[in-house]
Amino acid sequence: MPHAPFIIASFAVAGVGMTWLIVSSYLSMRRAEGFAAKLKDRP
Amino acid sequence: MHRFANPARFLRIAKPLTPALFWPGLVLTLVACIWGIFFTPTERLMGDTVKIIFVHVPAAWLGMGGWTGIAIASIVQLVWRHPLAGVSARAIAVPGATFAAICLITGSIWGRPTWGTWWVWDGRLTSMLVLFFLYLGYIALSNASSDKGDTSRVAAVFGIIGAINIPIINRSVIWWESQHQKASITLSGSSIDSAYLVPLFVAVAGFSLLFSALVLMRMRAALAEMRIEVRMRRMAED
Repeated sequence: MPHAPFIIASFAVAGVGMTWLIVSSYLSMRRAEGFAAKLKDRP
Repeated sequence: MHRFANPARFLRIAKPLTPALFWPGLVLTLVACIWGIFFTPTERLMGDTVKIIFVHVPAAWLGMGGWTGIAIASIVQLVWRHPLAGVSARAIAVPGATFAAICLITGSIWGRPTWGTWWVWDGRLTSMLVLFFLYLGYIALSNASSDKGDTSRVAAVFGIIGAINIPIINRSVIWWESQHQKASITLSGSSIDSAYLVPLFVAVAGFSLLFSALVLMRMRAALAEMRIEVRMRRMAED
């Protein structure tokens, strides 16, 4: 049984999972902090 | 500890700390993956599938470490009423669940060529699956209401009770007959050859730094959302 597909699949799962986590966490942080700063400046 | 109870003081530290943890974490993770895939030897029994260890083990440790963090933060929240403890516990939940899922999926992929099966209902695999479901329950519970008062207390109690599963996962390969191998790394030493052990520790360091940066990002988002809610309420009252 060739091992390469199993190795590629494992690293792909980890890569996709971590990329999703990083992008979603960063975007939600930027969006919330940006909106909070905008509201703070509003009179 | 209460010095950091002030969210403004916490944010002054968290803002520079987030990139300081994130970038070294990303570099170490990439270095460990490239090292693991291209520069480690083929193992005698498992062949090249041993390379899966560089994502499977850090994900497993952080999946368990994440819940330990939730349990500690929940105790701090309930006993000392630290205002940031509940926020940090909720910030750990999604990264912890994702790492537990990565551990389960990569473990299943590793099981097929080495055990001849994708899944077995043994102690280690089942208790890890239970941990993943506990994460889902915790996330649902802490998101159940926009009123974080009582709900977060219920989530904190759930976080503490769920911690009983962590020693069960750890001891499962000793207590029950298991397809999963016994612990290769213990406090007294390691049975793993240094050709795999060194890049594995680099991977664990990288994943851990990334995990910490992700938790800080999610805490910052939660604190900003709280500020938005307070401001909106004030604007509605005016």
